[in-house]
Amino acid sequence: MNILIYAFLAIGAAFNGLGAVALIRFPDVYTRIHGATKCTTFGSIFFILAVVIYGFAHGGGEGGTLAVHALIALAALLITNPTGSHALARGAHRGGIRPFRAVVDRLAEGKR
Amino acid sequence: MRKAAEWAVTAAFALVVYLLLVLWTGDLGLWSPAELIAGVVLSLLVGLVAAPILWERGGFRMLQPHRWVLFLFYLVGPFFLAMARANLDVAYRVITGKIRPGIVRFNPGLKTEVGQTLLANSITLTPGTLTVDVDDESGDFYVHWINVKAEEPRPQDVCGPFPTWARRIAE
Repeated sequence: MNILIYAFLAIGAAFNGLGAVALIRFPDVYTRIHGATKCTTFGSIFFILAVVIYGFAHGGGEGGTLAVHALIALAALLITNPTGSHALARGAHRGGIRPFRAVVDRLAEGKR
Repeated sequence: MRKAAEWAVTAAFALVVYLLLVLWTGDLGLWSPAELIAGVVLSLLVGLVAAPILWERGGFRMLQPHRWVLFLFYLVGPFFLAMARANLDVAYRVITGKIRPGIVRFNPGLKTEVGQTLLANSITLTPGTLTVDVDDESGDFYVHWINVKAEEPRPQDVCGPFPTWARRIAE
């Protein structure tokens, strides 16, 4: 059980670290949103799974409460994260920021 | 009548979430009476605010239970698989820096707002694709794609089986 928890924590930390690297390496706001929001969501899912497993292994009222709260946090994360990153991207595009080195930009063409 | 039903259903959803959140707070049972009263008042208020927004254009379809079963299956099955695969792909692109970004347009042919929201959120949660805008009238999706393979893509080029599943779940 402990091995599973450690494995999930390691995967989560790896993907969250990758998100931080993406923030430095990618050139513009849209590609950075890809790295900074998506990789960290995937990492956080594994963090939360580790907490859920720990909660159920811990057992009793306390562990069960921990697991249920973590699952509600996961649901909230899965709903709010794409909504937030979509709002950031839409706001950036409406604010006139064009994607860097883009091969095609259908949205700017459509709004013309 | 319809307004009252919408209000009651939304309030019930809010109450369930609230009750899960305050689980095991009471001294004797699962919930203390004060928590229950506060929960009913709060969820009625939430229902009053959220119901008119939530049930526009086909939202009531989501009350059919088989759609929830399908949704859960989609979440742990095809969606998680696609997400893991896309994460590894983006990880490769973060390290090597090989990107070909662009905003593409495609039309998955979804009509309800629930279906469009489900597909847009699925696309945004999958690394490598990001929904920038959705045209409400024509149903066109504008997606920022980190590795553009085709400038006029079909829906399945961008997001694999997601449109099929969104139609199955929400329409």
